[in-house]
Amino acid sequence: MSLLLGSLTIGLILALLALGVYIAFRIFDFPDMTADGSITLGGAVAAVLLVDGVSPAIATLAAALAGVMAGLVTGLLHTRCRIHPILSGILTMTALYSVNLRVMGKSNISLLSVNTLASSAERFGATFFGTGKSILLWGWEVAPRDLSILLAASLLVLMIMLLVYLFFRTDLGTAMRATGDNPQMVRAQGTETGLMITLGLALANGLIALSGALLTQYQGFADVQMGIGMLVWGLASVIIGESLVRGGGLGLTVCGALIGSLLFRLLVAIALRFGLNPNDLKLITALCVFAALVLPAWLGSLAARRKGGSHA
Amino acid sequence: MLEIRDYRKTFHPGTPNEVRALRGVSLHIHDGTFAVVIGTNGSGKSTLLNAVAGAFLPDEGSVALAGRDISAWPEHRRARLIGRVFQNPFSGTAPGMTIAENLAMAARRGRFPGMGWALCRSLLDECRDRVRVLGMGLEDRLHTNIGGLSGGQRQALTLLMATWQRPSLLLLDEHTAALDPRSAERIITLTSEIVAASRLTTLMVTHSMHQAANLGDRLLMMHRGEVVRDLEGEAKKRLRPDDLLAHFDQVRRREMLDESAAEMLRQRYI
Repeated sequence: MSLLLGSLTIGLILALLALGVYIAFRIFDFPDMTADGSITLGGAVAAVLLVDGVSPAIATLAAALAGVMAGLVTGLLHTRCRIHPILSGILTMTALYSVNLRVMGKSNISLLSVNTLASSAERFGATFFGTGKSILLWGWEVAPRDLSILLAASLLVLMIMLLVYLFFRTDLGTAMRATGDNPQMVRAQGTETGLMITLGLALANGLIALSGALLTQYQGFADVQMGIGMLVWGLASVIIGESLVRGGGLGLTVCGALIGSLLFRLLVAIALRFGLNPNDLKLITALCVFAALVLPAWLGSLAARRKGGSHA
Repeated sequence: MLEIRDYRKTFHPGTPNEVRALRGVSLHIHDGTFAVVIGTNGSGKSTLLNAVAGAFLPDEGSVALAGRDISAWPEHRRARLIGRVFQNPFSGTAPGMTIAENLAMAARRGRFPGMGWALCRSLLDECRDRVRVLGMGLEDRLHTNIGGLSGGQRQALTLLMATWQRPSLLLLDEHTAALDPRSAERIITLTSEIVAASRLTTLMVTHSMHQAANLGDRLLMMHRGEVVRDLEGEAKKRLRPDDLLAHFDQVRRREMLDESAAEMLRQRYI
Protein backbone atom coordinates (compact mmCIF):
# COMPACT_ATOMS: atom_id res chain seq x y z
CA MET A 1 0.00 0.00 0.00
CA SER A 2 2.89 2.32 0.83
CA LEU A 3 4.26 1.69 -2.67
CA LEU A 4 0.91 2.68 -4.19
CA LEU A 5 0.64 5.88 -2.14
CA GLY A 6 4.24 6.79 -2.96
CA SER A 7 3.67 6.18 -6.65
CA LEU A 8 0.51 8.27 -6.65
CA THR A 9 2.32 11.10 -4.86
CA ILE A 10 5.20 11.12 -7.37
CA GLY A 11 2.69 10.78 -10.21
CA LEU A 12 0.86 13.85 -8.92
CA ILE A 13 4.04 15.87 -8.53
CA LEU A 14 5.26 14.89 -11.99
CA ALA A 15 1.85 15.81 -13.43
CA LEU A 16 3.11 19.40 -13.21
CA LEU A 17 6.11 18.34 -15.32
CA ALA A 18 3.69 16.71 -17.79
CA LEU A 19 1.59 19.86 -17.88
CA GLY A 20 4.67 21.98 -18.60
CA VAL A 21 5.77 19.60 -21.35
CA TYR A 22 2.21 19.64 -22.73
CA ILE A 23 2.19 23.46 -22.89
CA ALA A 24 5.50 23.61 -24.77
CA PHE A 25 5.04 20.59 -27.05
CA ARG A 26 1.35 20.55 -27.74
CA ILE A 27 0.06 24.11 -27.26
CA PHE A 28 3.07 25.83 -28.86
CA ASP A 29 4.36 22.90 -30.92
CA PHE A 30 7.77 23.84 -29.50
CA PRO A 31 10.08 20.88 -28.77
CA ASP A 32 11.50 22.44 -25.60
CA MET A 33 14.54 20.57 -24.32
CA THR A 34 14.90 22.93 -21.35
CA ALA A 35 12.79 20.61 -19.16
CA ASP A 36 15.71 18.38 -18.07
CA GLY A 37 17.56 21.45 -16.80
CA SER A 38 14.64 23.40 -15.36
CA ILE A 39 13.31 20.54 -13.22
CA THR A 40 16.75 20.24 -11.63
CA LEU A 41 16.93 24.03 -11.29
CA GLY A 42 13.65 23.97 -9.36
CA GLY A 43 14.97 21.25 -7.08
CA ALA A 44 18.29 23.01 -6.61
CA VAL A 45 16.86 26.44 -5.77
CA ALA A 46 14.31 24.96 -3.37
CA ALA A 47 16.94 22.78 -1.64
CA VAL A 48 19.44 25.61 -1.15
CA LEU A 49 16.81 27.98 0.21
CA LEU A 50 15.35 25.33 2.50
CA VAL A 51 18.79 24.51 3.92
CA ASP A 52 19.21 28.26 4.54
CA GLY A 53 16.05 28.19 6.66
CA VAL A 54 13.72 29.90 4.19
CA SER A 55 10.05 28.96 4.57
CA PRO A 56 9.08 25.99 2.34
CA ALA A 57 6.32 27.98 0.61
CA ILE A 58 8.69 30.81 -0.33
CA ALA A 59 11.45 28.36 -1.37
CA THR A 60 8.97 26.53 -3.63
CA LEU A 61 7.74 29.79 -5.15
CA ALA A 62 11.34 30.93 -5.75
CA ALA A 63 12.07 27.61 -7.47
CA ALA A 64 9.11 28.11 -9.79
CA LEU A 65 10.31 31.65 -10.58
CA ALA A 66 13.77 30.29 -11.40
CA GLY A 67 12.08 27.93 -13.88
CA VAL A 68 10.20 30.89 -15.34
CA MET A 69 13.56 32.61 -15.92
CA ALA A 70 14.97 29.49 -17.64
CA GLY A 71 11.91 29.38 -19.91
CA LEU A 72 12.31 33.07 -20.70
CA VAL A 73 15.92 32.46 -21.76
CA THR A 74 14.89 29.65 -24.12
CA GLY A 75 12.05 31.77 -25.47
CA LEU A 76 14.25 34.80 -26.07
CA LEU A 77 16.96 32.68 -27.72
CA HIS A 78 14.35 31.43 -30.17
CA THR A 79 12.22 34.53 -30.77
CA ARG A 80 14.82 37.32 -30.55
CA CYS A 81 18.02 35.56 -31.62
CA ARG A 82 16.18 33.39 -34.21
CA ILE A 83 17.76 30.16 -32.95
CA HIS A 84 16.02 26.90 -33.83
CA PRO A 85 13.61 25.74 -31.07
CA ILE A 86 15.48 22.51 -30.33
CA LEU A 87 18.86 24.25 -30.23
CA SER A 88 17.48 27.03 -28.00
CA GLY A 89 16.34 24.43 -25.48
CA ILE A 90 19.58 22.47 -25.69
CA LEU A 91 21.63 25.64 -25.12
CA THR A 92 19.62 26.56 -22.03
CA MET A 93 19.62 22.99 -20.74
CA THR A 94 23.39 22.72 -21.17
CA ALA A 95 23.97 26.06 -19.46
CA LEU A 96 21.62 25.07 -16.64
CA TYR A 97 23.82 22.10 -15.72
CA SER A 98 26.56 24.52 -14.65
CA VAL A 99 24.02 26.95 -13.17
CA ASN A 100 22.52 24.15 -11.08
CA LEU A 101 25.95 23.12 -9.81
CA ARG A 102 26.69 26.76 -8.95
CA VAL A 103 23.36 27.10 -7.15
CA MET A 104 23.83 23.91 -5.16
CA GLY A 105 27.57 24.29 -4.62
CA LYS A 106 27.87 20.49 -4.77
CA SER A 107 26.18 17.70 -6.69
CA ASN A 108 23.80 16.59 -3.94
CA ILE A 109 21.96 18.31 -1.07
CA SER A 110 20.16 16.37 1.64
CA LEU A 111 16.96 17.77 3.17
CA LEU A 112 16.49 15.09 5.82
CA SER A 113 16.74 17.43 8.82
CA VAL A 114 15.18 20.45 7.11
CA ASN A 115 11.64 21.81 7.28
CA THR A 116 10.00 21.14 3.89
CA LEU A 117 6.48 21.14 2.46
CA ALA A 118 6.53 17.35 2.93
CA SER A 119 7.46 17.60 6.63
CA SER A 120 4.88 20.38 7.09
CA ALA A 121 2.22 18.18 5.49
CA GLU A 122 3.32 15.30 7.74
CA ARG A 123 2.97 17.47 10.87
CA PHE A 124 -0.38 18.82 9.72
CA GLY A 125 -1.60 15.32 8.89
CA ALA A 126 -0.61 14.09 12.35
CA THR A 127 -3.38 16.26 13.87
CA PHE A 128 -5.92 14.20 11.88
CA PHE A 129 -4.33 10.77 11.59
CA GLY A 130 -2.30 10.67 14.84
CA THR A 131 1.38 9.91 15.24
CA GLY A 132 1.17 6.11 15.11
CA LYS A 133 3.13 4.00 12.65
CA SER A 134 0.08 3.09 10.63
CA ILE A 135 -3.66 3.62 10.34
CA LEU A 136 -6.35 1.56 8.64
CA LEU A 137 -7.73 2.94 5.39
CA TRP A 138 -10.49 0.86 3.78
CA GLY A 139 -8.94 -2.19 5.41
CA TRP A 140 -5.39 -1.37 4.27
CA GLU A 141 -2.60 -0.39 6.64
CA VAL A 142 -1.03 2.89 5.56
CA ALA A 143 1.56 5.17 7.11
CA PRO A 144 0.00 8.50 8.24
CA ARG A 145 3.02 10.27 6.71
CA ASP A 146 2.39 8.82 3.25
CA LEU A 147 -1.32 9.60 3.43
CA SER A 148 -0.75 13.18 4.63
CA ILE A 149 1.76 13.93 1.88
CA LEU A 150 -0.48 12.35 -0.77
CA LEU A 151 -3.45 14.45 0.31
CA ALA A 152 -1.36 17.64 0.47
CA ALA A 153 0.16 16.93 -2.98
CA SER A 154 -3.30 16.19 -4.41
CA LEU A 155 -4.67 19.46 -3.06
CA LEU A 156 -1.72 21.52 -4.28
CA VAL A 157 -1.42 19.92 -7.73
CA LEU A 158 -5.16 20.02 -8.41
CA MET A 159 -5.26 23.68 -7.37
CA ILE A 160 -2.36 24.53 -9.70
CA MET A 161 -3.97 22.60 -12.56
CA LEU A 162 -7.23 24.46 -12.00
CA LEU A 163 -5.33 27.76 -12.07
CA VAL A 164 -3.59 26.76 -15.33
CA TYR A 165 -6.96 25.76 -16.81
CA LEU A 166 -8.48 29.10 -15.79
CA PHE A 167 -5.44 30.95 -17.13
CA PHE A 168 -5.97 29.43 -20.56
CA ARG A 169 -9.52 30.81 -20.55
CA THR A 170 -8.24 34.40 -20.16
CA ASP A 171 -7.40 36.77 -23.02
CA LEU A 172 -3.69 36.06 -22.57
CA GLY A 173 -4.18 32.31 -22.33
CA THR A 174 -6.44 32.30 -25.38
CA ALA A 175 -3.84 34.28 -27.35
CA MET A 176 -1.19 31.73 -26.31
CA ARG A 177 -3.32 28.79 -27.44
CA ALA A 178 -4.09 30.54 -30.70
CA THR A 179 -0.36 31.19 -31.25
CA GLY A 180 0.31 27.46 -31.23
CA ASP A 181 -2.74 26.80 -33.39
CA ASN A 182 -2.27 29.43 -36.10
CA PRO A 183 0.44 32.09 -35.61
CA GLN A 184 -0.51 33.85 -38.86
CA MET A 185 -4.01 34.47 -37.53
CA VAL A 186 -2.64 35.75 -34.23
CA ARG A 187 -0.36 38.25 -35.97
CA ALA A 188 -3.28 39.34 -38.14
CA GLN A 189 -5.20 40.06 -34.94
CA GLY A 190 -2.43 42.34 -33.68
CA THR A 191 -0.67 40.08 -31.17
CA GLU A 192 3.06 39.44 -31.21
CA THR A 193 3.55 35.70 -31.51
CA GLY A 194 7.19 35.83 -30.32
CA LEU A 195 6.09 37.32 -27.01
CA MET A 196 3.36 34.70 -26.62
CA ILE A 197 5.86 31.88 -27.25
CA THR A 198 8.32 33.37 -24.75
CA LEU A 199 5.67 33.78 -22.06
CA GLY A 200 4.34 30.29 -22.78
CA LEU A 201 7.77 28.73 -22.36
CA ALA A 202 8.23 30.72 -19.14
CA LEU A 203 4.96 29.29 -17.82
CA ALA A 204 5.86 25.76 -18.95
CA ASN A 205 9.28 25.81 -17.32
CA GLY A 206 7.87 27.48 -14.21
CA LEU A 207 5.57 24.49 -13.79
CA ILE A 208 8.41 22.06 -14.51
CA ALA A 209 10.67 23.75 -11.93
CA LEU A 210 7.78 23.70 -9.44
CA SER A 211 7.50 19.99 -10.07
CA GLY A 212 11.26 19.69 -9.39
CA ALA A 213 10.94 21.66 -6.15
CA LEU A 214 8.09 19.45 -4.91
CA LEU A 215 9.89 16.25 -5.96
CA THR A 216 13.02 17.35 -4.10
CA GLN A 217 11.04 18.02 -0.93
CA TYR A 218 9.22 14.70 -1.21
CA GLN A 219 12.39 12.68 -1.85
CA GLY A 220 14.37 14.60 0.77
CA PHE A 221 17.29 15.46 -1.48
CA ALA A 222 18.27 17.41 -4.58
CA ASP A 223 20.68 15.91 -7.09
CA VAL A 224 22.25 17.64 -10.07
CA GLN A 225 21.45 14.54 -12.18
CA MET A 226 17.78 14.36 -11.20
CA GLY A 227 16.59 15.94 -14.47
CA ILE A 228 18.12 13.42 -16.85
CA GLY A 229 15.37 11.78 -18.90
CA MET A 230 12.59 13.82 -17.28
CA LEU A 231 11.55 15.32 -20.63
CA VAL A 232 10.81 11.85 -22.00
CA TRP A 233 8.99 11.05 -18.76
CA GLY A 234 6.80 14.11 -19.26
CA LEU A 235 6.22 13.24 -22.90
CA ALA A 236 5.20 9.69 -22.01
CA SER A 237 2.67 11.06 -19.53
CA VAL A 238 1.30 13.52 -22.10
CA ILE A 239 0.98 10.83 -24.77
CA ILE A 240 -0.77 8.39 -22.39
CA GLY A 241 -3.08 11.18 -21.24
CA GLU A 242 -3.88 12.24 -24.79
CA SER A 243 -4.75 8.72 -25.83
CA LEU A 244 -7.28 8.61 -22.98
CA VAL A 245 -8.93 12.01 -23.55
CA ARG A 246 -8.51 12.31 -27.34
CA GLY A 247 -10.63 15.08 -28.85
CA GLY A 248 -11.58 16.54 -25.47
CA GLY A 249 -11.70 20.22 -24.62
CA LEU A 250 -9.16 22.25 -22.69
CA GLY A 251 -10.29 20.95 -19.27
CA LEU A 252 -10.08 17.33 -20.32
CA THR A 253 -6.67 17.90 -21.89
CA VAL A 254 -5.31 19.35 -18.65
CA CYS A 255 -6.82 16.37 -16.78
CA GLY A 256 -5.18 14.11 -19.39
CA ALA A 257 -1.72 15.28 -18.29
CA LEU A 258 -2.59 14.42 -14.68
CA ILE A 259 -4.11 11.04 -15.51
CA GLY A 260 -1.23 10.22 -17.88
CA SER A 261 1.34 11.03 -15.21
CA LEU A 262 -0.44 8.97 -12.56
CA LEU A 263 -0.88 5.98 -14.87
CA PHE A 264 2.68 6.11 -16.13
CA ARG A 265 4.06 6.28 -12.60
CA LEU A 266 1.88 3.35 -11.56
CA LEU A 267 3.04 1.32 -14.56
CA VAL A 268 6.65 2.04 -13.63
CA ALA A 269 6.02 1.12 -9.99
CA ILE A 270 4.39 -2.16 -11.03
CA ALA A 271 7.28 -2.93 -13.40
CA LEU A 272 9.82 -2.24 -10.64
CA ARG A 273 7.78 -4.32 -8.19
CA PHE A 274 7.97 -7.26 -10.58
CA GLY A 275 11.73 -7.11 -10.82
CA LEU A 276 12.58 -4.52 -13.49
CA ASN A 277 16.18 -3.41 -13.09
CA PRO A 278 16.03 0.32 -12.14
CA ASN A 279 18.98 0.90 -14.48
CA ASP A 280 16.73 -0.07 -17.39
CA LEU A 281 14.04 2.45 -16.42
CA LYS A 282 15.03 5.18 -18.89
CA LEU A 283 15.33 2.66 -21.72
CA ILE A 284 11.88 1.26 -20.94
CA THR A 285 10.47 4.81 -20.74
CA ALA A 286 11.93 5.67 -24.15
CA LEU A 287 10.53 2.41 -25.59
CA CYS A 288 7.10 3.19 -24.11
CA VAL A 289 7.10 6.65 -25.75
CA PHE A 290 8.26 5.11 -29.03
CA ALA A 291 5.47 2.53 -28.88
CA ALA A 292 2.86 5.15 -28.00
CA LEU A 293 3.98 7.33 -30.91
CA VAL A 294 4.29 4.63 -33.55
CA LEU A 295 1.81 1.89 -32.66
CA PRO A 296 -1.44 3.87 -33.25
CA ALA A 297 -0.30 4.77 -36.80
CA TRP A 298 0.83 1.18 -37.53
CA LEU A 299 -2.36 -0.31 -36.16
CA GLY A 300 -4.40 2.26 -38.11
CA SER A 301 -2.70 1.46 -41.42
CA LEU A 302 -2.96 -2.28 -40.70
CA ALA A 303 -6.70 -1.94 -40.08
CA ALA A 304 -7.10 0.17 -43.24
CA ARG A 305 -5.18 -2.44 -45.28
CA ARG A 306 -7.35 -5.24 -43.90
CA LYS A 307 -10.48 -3.22 -44.66
CA GLY A 308 -9.20 -2.54 -48.18
CA GLY A 309 -8.42 -6.23 -48.59
CA SER A 310 -11.91 -7.30 -47.52
CA HIS A 311 -13.46 -4.84 -50.03
CA ALA A 312 -11.30 -6.15 -52.85
CA MET B 1 -5.54 57.18 -46.60
CA LEU B 2 -3.06 54.56 -47.77
CA GLU B 3 0.03 56.07 -49.32
CA ILE B 4 2.72 53.87 -50.88
CA ARG B 5 5.81 55.67 -52.18
CA ASP B 6 8.29 54.12 -54.58
CA TYR B 7 8.11 50.70 -52.87
CA ARG B 8 10.81 48.31 -54.03
CA LYS B 9 11.34 44.73 -52.94
CA THR B 10 13.67 42.08 -54.32
CA PHE B 11 13.63 38.56 -52.93
CA HIS B 12 16.84 36.46 -52.81
CA PRO B 13 18.98 39.33 -54.16
CA GLY B 14 22.23 38.35 -55.82
CA THR B 15 21.23 34.70 -56.21
CA PRO B 16 20.00 32.76 -59.25
CA ASN B 17 16.54 32.86 -57.63
CA GLU B 18 16.47 36.67 -57.49
CA VAL B 19 12.95 38.04 -57.99
CA ARG B 20 12.27 41.75 -58.34
CA ALA B 21 8.76 41.50 -56.91
CA LEU B 22 7.91 45.21 -56.60
CA ARG B 23 9.65 47.77 -58.80
CA GLY B 24 8.90 51.19 -57.42
CA VAL B 25 5.16 51.00 -56.77
CA SER B 26 3.54 54.30 -55.79
CA LEU B 27 -0.14 54.50 -54.83
CA HIS B 28 -2.53 56.85 -53.08
CA ILE B 29 -5.76 55.25 -51.96
CA HIS B 30 -8.23 57.64 -50.41
CA ASP B 31 -10.41 56.78 -47.43
CA GLY B 32 -13.49 54.81 -48.39
CA THR B 33 -12.05 53.65 -51.72
CA PHE B 34 -12.61 50.02 -52.72
CA ALA B 35 -9.66 49.24 -54.98
CA VAL B 36 -9.44 45.95 -56.86
CA VAL B 37 -6.01 44.67 -57.89
CA ILE B 38 -5.62 42.31 -60.83
CA GLY B 39 -2.62 41.03 -62.70
CA THR B 40 -0.92 38.05 -64.27
CA ASN B 41 0.69 35.33 -62.17
CA GLY B 42 3.81 36.68 -60.48
CA SER B 43 2.84 40.27 -61.24
CA GLY B 44 3.24 41.28 -57.59
CA LYS B 45 -0.43 41.58 -56.52
CA SER B 46 -0.17 39.48 -53.37
CA THR B 47 3.33 40.84 -52.70
CA LEU B 48 1.84 44.34 -52.72
CA LEU B 49 -0.74 43.29 -50.10
CA ASN B 50 1.92 41.56 -48.02
CA ALA B 51 4.09 44.68 -48.26
CA VAL B 52 1.26 46.78 -46.86
CA ALA B 53 0.46 44.17 -44.19
CA GLY B 54 4.10 44.14 -43.06
CA ALA B 55 4.98 40.54 -43.89
CA PHE B 56 8.40 41.95 -44.88
CA LEU B 57 10.15 45.30 -44.85
CA PRO B 58 10.90 47.33 -48.01
CA ASP B 59 14.30 47.57 -49.69
CA GLU B 60 13.33 51.13 -50.59
CA GLY B 61 10.21 53.22 -50.28
CA SER B 62 7.60 53.75 -47.61
CA VAL B 63 4.04 52.92 -46.56
CA ALA B 64 1.84 55.38 -44.68
CA LEU B 65 -1.61 54.62 -43.35
CA ALA B 66 -4.03 56.91 -41.51
CA GLY B 67 -1.37 59.61 -41.46
CA ARG B 68 1.31 57.42 -39.87
CA ASP B 69 4.46 56.08 -41.50
CA ILE B 70 4.17 52.33 -40.85
CA SER B 71 7.12 51.28 -43.04
CA ALA B 72 9.14 50.00 -40.08
CA TRP B 73 6.20 48.59 -38.10
CA PRO B 74 6.14 44.80 -37.67
CA GLU B 75 3.17 42.83 -38.96
CA HIS B 76 1.36 42.52 -35.61
CA ARG B 77 1.56 46.26 -34.99
CA ARG B 78 0.17 47.08 -38.42
CA ALA B 79 -2.69 44.69 -37.70
CA ARG B 80 -4.05 47.28 -35.28
CA LEU B 81 -4.92 49.35 -38.35
CA ILE B 82 -5.32 46.63 -40.97
CA GLY B 83 -7.84 43.82 -41.28
CA ARG B 84 -6.83 40.86 -43.46
CA VAL B 85 -8.53 37.99 -45.18
CA PHE B 86 -6.19 35.43 -46.71
CA GLN B 87 -6.45 33.35 -49.86
CA ASN B 88 -6.36 30.12 -47.85
CA PRO B 89 -9.62 29.86 -45.90
CA PHE B 90 -7.74 28.01 -43.17
CA SER B 91 -5.19 30.79 -42.57
CA GLY B 92 -7.44 33.32 -40.86
CA THR B 93 -8.75 31.26 -37.97
CA ALA B 94 -7.34 28.97 -35.27
CA PRO B 95 -8.82 25.52 -35.99
CA GLY B 96 -8.35 24.07 -32.52
CA MET B 97 -10.37 26.82 -30.89
CA THR B 98 -14.08 27.51 -30.87
CA ILE B 99 -15.85 30.08 -33.06
CA ALA B 100 -16.43 32.24 -29.97
CA GLU B 101 -12.75 32.08 -28.91
CA ASN B 102 -11.63 33.09 -32.42
CA LEU B 103 -14.06 36.00 -32.43
CA ALA B 104 -12.86 37.02 -28.95
CA MET B 105 -9.37 37.47 -30.42
CA ALA B 106 -10.82 39.83 -33.03
CA ALA B 107 -12.88 41.71 -30.44
CA ARG B 108 -9.77 42.74 -28.53
CA ARG B 109 -7.54 43.32 -31.56
CA GLY B 110 -4.90 45.97 -30.99
CA ARG B 111 -4.93 45.59 -27.20
CA PHE B 112 -2.34 43.55 -25.29
CA PRO B 113 -4.10 40.38 -24.13
CA GLY B 114 -4.67 40.73 -20.41
CA MET B 115 -5.89 38.51 -17.61
CA GLY B 116 -9.59 39.19 -18.11
CA TRP B 117 -11.83 36.33 -19.25
CA ALA B 118 -11.63 35.84 -23.00
CA LEU B 119 -15.37 35.16 -23.16
CA CYS B 120 -18.02 36.88 -21.11
CA ARG B 121 -21.80 36.85 -21.52
CA SER B 122 -21.95 40.27 -23.21
CA LEU B 123 -19.28 39.28 -25.74
CA LEU B 124 -21.06 36.00 -26.46
CA ASP B 125 -24.29 37.91 -27.10
CA GLU B 126 -22.43 40.25 -29.44
CA CYS B 127 -20.81 37.27 -31.21
CA ARG B 128 -24.25 35.70 -31.69
CA ASP B 129 -25.66 38.92 -33.16
CA ARG B 130 -22.76 39.50 -35.52
CA VAL B 131 -22.49 35.87 -36.65
CA ARG B 132 -26.25 35.80 -37.36
CA VAL B 133 -25.67 38.45 -40.06
CA LEU B 134 -23.59 35.92 -42.01
CA GLY B 135 -26.75 33.88 -42.54
CA MET B 136 -24.95 30.55 -42.14
CA GLY B 137 -26.62 29.31 -38.95
CA LEU B 138 -23.34 29.55 -37.04
CA GLU B 139 -24.83 31.68 -34.25
CA ASP B 140 -26.02 28.51 -32.51
CA ARG B 141 -22.62 26.83 -32.87
CA LEU B 142 -20.38 29.39 -31.13
CA HIS B 143 -18.78 26.71 -28.98
CA THR B 144 -17.97 24.45 -31.94
CA ASN B 145 -14.31 24.12 -32.93
CA ILE B 146 -13.73 26.20 -36.03
CA GLY B 147 -11.62 23.42 -37.57
CA GLY B 148 -14.79 21.45 -38.27
CA LEU B 149 -16.35 24.14 -40.47
CA SER B 150 -16.26 24.35 -44.27
CA GLY B 151 -13.86 26.68 -46.10
CA GLY B 152 -16.68 29.08 -46.94
CA GLN B 153 -17.86 29.27 -43.35
CA ARG B 154 -14.32 29.84 -42.11
CA GLN B 155 -13.70 32.53 -44.70
CA ALA B 156 -16.94 34.29 -43.71
CA LEU B 157 -15.80 34.23 -40.08
CA THR B 158 -12.36 35.52 -41.07
CA LEU B 159 -14.04 38.41 -42.90
CA LEU B 160 -16.13 39.10 -39.81
CA MET B 161 -12.99 39.02 -37.63
CA ALA B 162 -11.05 41.31 -39.97
CA THR B 163 -13.82 43.92 -39.79
CA TRP B 164 -15.00 43.38 -36.19
CA GLN B 165 -13.25 46.59 -35.22
CA ARG B 166 -13.44 49.03 -38.13
CA PRO B 167 -9.95 48.79 -39.72
CA SER B 168 -8.27 51.76 -41.42
CA LEU B 169 -7.62 49.37 -44.30
CA LEU B 170 -9.07 46.00 -45.29
CA LEU B 171 -6.82 43.69 -47.31
CA LEU B 172 -8.49 40.85 -49.22
CA ASP B 173 -6.00 38.52 -50.88
CA GLU B 174 -7.93 36.43 -53.46
CA HIS B 175 -10.17 35.47 -50.57
CA THR B 176 -12.64 33.54 -52.74
CA ALA B 177 -10.10 31.76 -54.95
CA ALA B 178 -10.06 28.53 -52.91
CA LEU B 179 -13.84 28.31 -52.45
CA ASP B 180 -16.54 26.53 -54.43
CA PRO B 181 -18.55 28.88 -56.70
CA ARG B 182 -21.56 29.08 -54.38
CA SER B 183 -19.48 29.87 -51.30
CA ALA B 184 -17.39 32.34 -53.31
CA GLU B 185 -20.53 34.16 -54.39
CA ARG B 186 -21.78 34.31 -50.79
CA ILE B 187 -18.44 35.66 -49.55
CA ILE B 188 -18.34 38.30 -52.29
CA THR B 189 -21.88 39.43 -51.40
CA LEU B 190 -20.89 39.62 -47.72
CA THR B 191 -17.72 41.52 -48.63
CA SER B 192 -19.67 44.09 -50.66
CA GLU B 193 -22.22 44.53 -47.87
CA ILE B 194 -19.64 44.91 -45.10
CA VAL B 195 -17.39 47.25 -47.11
CA ALA B 196 -20.34 49.42 -48.16
CA ALA B 197 -21.92 49.50 -44.68
CA SER B 198 -18.75 50.75 -42.99
CA ARG B 199 -17.31 52.57 -46.03
CA LEU B 200 -14.06 50.66 -45.53
CA THR B 201 -10.91 51.51 -47.42
CA THR B 202 -10.29 48.22 -49.18
CA LEU B 203 -7.59 46.67 -51.32
CA MET B 204 -8.75 43.42 -52.90
CA VAL B 205 -6.66 41.11 -55.08
CA THR B 206 -8.59 38.88 -57.43
CA HIS B 207 -8.09 36.66 -60.45
CA SER B 208 -11.73 36.95 -61.46
CA MET B 209 -12.34 39.41 -64.29
CA HIS B 210 -16.01 39.59 -63.29
CA GLN B 211 -15.15 40.61 -59.74
CA ALA B 212 -12.60 43.12 -61.05
CA ALA B 213 -15.13 44.68 -63.41
CA ASN B 214 -18.13 44.66 -61.10
CA LEU B 215 -16.67 45.37 -57.67
CA GLY B 216 -15.04 48.46 -56.24
CA ASP B 217 -14.58 51.97 -57.50
CA ARG B 218 -10.95 51.72 -58.60
CA LEU B 219 -9.00 49.14 -60.55
CA LEU B 220 -5.25 48.60 -60.44
CA MET B 221 -3.65 46.31 -62.99
CA MET B 222 -0.20 45.00 -62.09
CA HIS B 223 2.46 43.49 -64.25
CA ARG B 224 6.05 42.59 -63.41
CA GLY B 225 5.99 44.38 -60.07
CA GLU B 226 4.52 47.61 -61.40
CA VAL B 227 1.08 49.16 -61.61
CA VAL B 228 0.52 49.34 -65.37
CA ARG B 229 -3.07 50.56 -65.36
CA ASP B 230 -5.08 52.57 -62.85
CA LEU B 231 -8.76 53.21 -63.54
CA GLU B 232 -11.31 55.00 -61.40
CA GLY B 233 -14.49 57.01 -61.68
CA GLU B 234 -16.41 56.68 -64.95
CA ALA B 235 -13.61 54.71 -66.63
CA LYS B 236 -13.92 52.06 -63.93
CA LYS B 237 -17.71 52.05 -64.09
CA ARG B 238 -17.67 51.50 -67.86
CA LEU B 239 -15.22 48.65 -67.56
CA ARG B 240 -16.42 45.22 -68.71
CA PRO B 241 -14.70 41.84 -68.18
CA ASP B 242 -14.04 41.65 -71.94
CA ASP B 243 -12.10 44.95 -71.78
CA LEU B 244 -9.88 43.47 -69.10
CA LEU B 245 -9.33 40.27 -71.05
CA ALA B 246 -8.41 42.32 -74.11
CA HIS B 247 -5.93 44.30 -72.06
CA PHE B 248 -4.38 41.11 -70.69
CA ASP B 249 -4.03 39.82 -74.26
CA GLN B 250 -2.21 43.04 -75.18
CA VAL B 251 0.14 42.54 -72.25
CA ARG B 252 0.76 38.91 -73.20
CA ARG B 253 1.52 39.86 -76.78
CA ARG B 254 3.90 42.53 -75.58
CA GLU B 255 5.51 39.95 -73.29
CA MET B 256 6.35 37.74 -76.24
CA LEU B 257 8.20 40.71 -77.69
CA ASP B 258 10.24 41.62 -74.66
CA GLU B 259 13.63 43.26 -75.12
CA SER B 260 15.66 40.07 -75.65
CA ALA B 261 13.11 38.60 -78.10
CA ALA B 262 12.89 41.89 -80.00
CA GLU B 263 16.69 42.05 -80.23
CA MET B 264 16.79 38.49 -81.56
CA LEU B 265 14.18 39.32 -84.20
CA ARG B 266 16.00 42.51 -85.16
CA GLN B 267 19.24 40.58 -85.67
CA ARG B 268 17.50 37.96 -87.79
CA TYR B 269 15.29 40.12 -89.99
CA ILE B 270 16.79 43.57 -90.17
